[in-house]
Parts: sequence; structure tokens; C-alpha cells
Amino acid sequence: MAQRMGFFTDTSVCIGCKACEVACKIWNNLPEDGLNLTGMSYDNTEKLDANTWRHVAFIEQRKPLAWQEPGVEHAGPVPPLSTPPDTAPMTPMTPGEPGDLRWLMSSDVCKHCTVAACLDVCPTGALFRTEFETVVVQADVCNGCGYCIPACPFGVLDQRKEDGRAWKCTLCYDRIGDGLEPACAKACPTDSIQYGPLDELRERADARVARLNDAGITDARLYLADTDNGIRGAGAFFLLLDDPEVYGLPPDPIATTLDLPAMWRHAVIAAAGLLSAGLIASVGRRP
Amino acid sequence: MSEDDHARDALTGVAAGRRRRRGGAERPVVPKAEFASYYGKPVIKPPTWRTLDIGGYLYLGGLAGASSVLAAGAELSGRHRLARVSRIGSFVAIVISGVALVHDLGRPERFINMLRVFKFSSPMSVGSWLLSAYGPPCGAAAFSAVTGRLPHVGTAGAMAAALIGPGVAAYTGVLLADTAVPAWHEGHRELPYLFVSSAAVAAGGLGLLAAPLDEALPARRLAVAGSVAELLAAHRMRGRMGIVAEAYRTGRAGRLTRTAEALTAAGAVAAVLGWRNRLISAAAGVALLTGSAFTRFGVFDAGMISASDPVYTVLPQRDRLRAR
Repeated sequence: MAQRMGFFTDTSVCIGCKACEVACKIWNNLPEDGLNLTGMSYDNTEKLDANTWRHVAFIEQRKPLAWQEPGVEHAGPVPPLSTPPDTAPMTPMTPGEPGDLRWLMSSDVCKHCTVAACLDVCPTGALFRTEFETVVVQADVCNGCGYCIPACPFGVLDQRKEDGRAWKCTLCYDRIGDGLEPACAKACPTDSIQYGPLDELRERADARVARLNDAGITDARLYLADTDNGIRGAGAFFLLLDDPEVYGLPPDPIATTLDLPAMWRHAVIAAAGLLSAGLIASVGRRP
Repeated sequence: MSEDDHARDALTGVAAGRRRRRGGAERPVVPKAEFASYYGKPVIKPPTWRTLDIGGYLYLGGLAGASSVLAAGAELSGRHRLARVSRIGSFVAIVISGVALVHDLGRPERFINMLRVFKFSSPMSVGSWLLSAYGPPCGAAAFSAVTGRLPHVGTAGAMAAALIGPGVAAYTGVLLADTAVPAWHEGHRELPYLFVSSAAVAAGGLGLLAAPLDEALPARRLAVAGSVAELLAAHRMRGRMGIVAEAYRTGRAGRLTRTAEALTAAGAVAAVLGWRNRLISAAAGVALLTGSAFTRFGVFDAGMISASDPVYTVLPQRDRLRAR
């Protein structure tokens, strides 16, 4: 088996350019899935799904980013898009009083979990683990049962409506086997997305988070870099500047298949109970 | 607070305050909580399963499995008409189940891929094999009951179906619980018991409705035992779920669950009181059959609600982290 390969996404240098989203779409030939304005800062992609395998989140917060003084303030609720400018409490031209503002951006992706619930629950064997210890769906085997979709603790997989099957990031299985880096990492202009052997990435991430903490950015923390979590570690981990749920990530994800032995035990006891109840209920001949 | 405000609040990464639930009798388990989310978007993906297909399968699969047990018990105790209706009922239910399951696939033409591998780690794989093993003997039993031919094959089929049937009724609890859906996974200890009880209620209900009075005693007993067990399991499950139990009290899931419990309780009481009256017994049977169906659709809907609101994913995980 080859070395375990993965992603380290350092959100502290993400500039929200969405080059990763575009590169992913092009390389993997993913269908267009809506050109919407969501009102969610610059995020018009909304989420990972069958046709979006990299998703850049944008979060606007009234918090200082280290010693940065951006000199703008978007206080109060953002008016709906249809609000006429003269009735809006603020507009892009009149942004309100200056103050703290930080803008968090983060490119999300499939985590390629060590214990992958999607792979475990797949009844057809369409999901498999590659020689790089990544998790990939074989489209020619998937029968669209949809079990992997609610099994994923990160909401990564979804069904492509047009063909009924489940799709997700392959960590560019068709590139890394040839020694190329995945399309998103290749396109990232700030190296916010780093690809490589997982051990190396973890060392690099530890050094980076220590440096940020020393520089006064005490919010910086690693997410899923260790193996002491409910998925026993991830092939794609992150440096975040706030709690995971702020980015739409679960704070303590678990692969529910780890509870399966207990669940099967309960099911066997329940089934035995039903069988005995049915037979006991029939005791005694008919009158 | 309107849905729009809710989303706007999350601009700062914090959606504060819980929406007020209607009905003042039950107090929320977690009185008031602040939690962060990404624009109020769900963390996990709700299942893509259709309510009628999969909710209906949970019900009919349970009805089939428990009816097979009842058919075997009736057979062994010489109640042949109860055995006959239970055999036929279980086969009709499992055939509709199979159609619903294949219909729900994104690629129905590839349903046979379900039998490509066998994985204990996949409740759906285990279930596919269980159904494959259960269908033929169940069919043989029904064939014999309808035509009167091959009685020995029919009896052998009925006995085999009775052994596999409980597995068909119980595994669906694991099927739902083995997902990241909070209202299902948080109930992983109780769901198999809840589902076999609900299956017993349905099978008992069918027996009460379709079998003659002098043969309905096993169905009556099974229905009452199932009702008591189901109500207890449901109560215990919601009691252990913390805030996630709200999903079982919200919207259509709440209405279905409340109606299911009322029908099940009323059906059980009627089953006891109406033991000498054919009409009351039949009415009890209808109430129990309907109650069991509502129970399953209620669980299905609660899962959808809990998957679509990030609070049910984030808050229990936060609590878990704090406790560690």
C-alpha cells in the first residue's frame, strides 16, 4: 500500500477566490448546479453535495483578527436583497460605523475518514478504500440506495438527481495515482489547500498553528488532525479560526458504525423477544 | 422569529435562541441554548429516501415479519384460519415492501447489486440478505394457504419464515440508527425494541381484523403485549435523547407520534374489552394497524426534522465534548 495521502486546509490563508471549486468542477466534469445569490456573504455555493466537492464558506464576524483594523463595520441585520437602497439601513456605499470585522473563509471537502461510515454502510461495495487510504465511490456499482448520504457525519455525500447515484470527492484518484496533486490543491493560489503524505501534513500543521498562536491569533486550532475523535482521524483536516460549527462542521463527529456491535446485539435480543412473544401468545389450544 | 431573521442572525456565526414550540404541557429538556451554525444550514444531509417508500417499508416489513411468527404460532396451536390470514398478510406486505425498496433506489435497474457483497457493517446489506432469505419461504407458505396445495412445503415455509421474520422486523431499527441522523442514532438502544413491538402491534391488529373471534386469542395477546412494549420503548427512547426528543414533538412527526400512541393505546384496550365481540375486535385491529403505521412514519419524519436543523447535530455534540 502506498503512503496515506490527504489534504491540510489552512483556512488562515484562504482568500475566498473559489479557484478550488472551479478547478474541481472542471477536472471532475461536475454538472452546473444552480447560479444563485444566497445572501450568505460571498458564498453562493452553500454546501458540499453531489456536484460540489469543494465548497468555500464565508463568515463575517464582529471580532478582531489579531491586530487588524479593517475600518469597516456591518452592524445590524443585513437587509434582504430586494430592499431599495434609499430605505436600507446600510448599503455597500454607506457601511456604517467603523469597528472590528473579520472575514473567515474556508474550503471544505470530503474528510476521507479513517473510519468512514459511508463506506461501512454501503450495501453494494460501491464505496471502497484506495491504496492511498482515501474513500471513493465506484459510479458503475452504485445503485443509488442513498444509505451513505445520512450516514456521513459531515453531510458530504448527496444524490445527483439526474442519475440517482451518490457522488463525492475522490481526492482526485485519477490524478494522484500518476503523481499529480488534486486539482483543488493545484489551483489554490495561497497554498491554503496543501496535498501530501498525511504525516508530513500533520507536522506542518502543528508548526503553523503554533506560529499563529505565538503571533496572537489564539483562535487558531486544528480540526480532525488527531486520531482521538469519533472517526479515528481524517485524511483531510483543517486549521480553523473559530469553532467548527461556525463553519458548518460538526464539533464532535462520530462514525455511527462504531456502535454497530451494540446495535446488532439489541436487534438480536429484540428479534428473539418477538419470536418468543409470538409463540407464547399462541399457547393453549383454541376453545 | 421568522425563518429569514433566523438565517440573518447566523451571519455572525451565532444563531441565538430556540424557536418556541407550541403546546405548554411539556417543557423543553434544554430550556434555552445558544449555538453557532453556518447560516442555519444543516450540518448533515437529510436522507434522500421517499417517505412513502421507506416509511411504508418500515411498517410493512414489520407487519410481515411479526405476522409470520403469529402464523407459525397459530399453526402449532391448531388455529388454521388465523394462520392462513397471517401467512397471506405477511406475503402481501413483503411483496409491497420489496417493490417500495426497489422503487426508492436511484438506479432501480441495479437493485441486484445489493447481493454483490455481504457486510455486517451495513445494516442495509444484512437486510437485503434477510429479505432474500425470507421472501421465498414466506411465499411458499402463502401459496399453500391460498391454493391448499403442497401443505408440507407450506408448513415448512411458514416455520422458516417465522424464524427469519423477527430479523426482518428488528434490523430496520439498526438500519435507521446507524446513520448520523440525530433522532435515529440517539435512539440506537431502543429503536430495535420499538420496531419489533410496533411490528407485533400490526400483526396482532391484522389477526384481530381478519381472523374469526374463536381463533383470535394469540393475535389479541400479541397486540396487547406489543402495545405495552412499544409505548414503554418510545417513552424510554425520547427520555434519553435530550434536546433531540423535540424532533418527535415537532410538526408532522409530533402529530403522527401522538396519534400513533393514542391509537395504539385505544386499540389495545379495545382488544381486551372486545374479546367476545367481533366488531369491537375488528375496530381494535384497524386502530392497531393504523397506529403501527403512524409510529413508523412518525419516526421517519422525526429523523428528517432532526437532520434538517443544525441544532440537533451541534448541541448534543457540544455536550458530549464538554462531558469528555
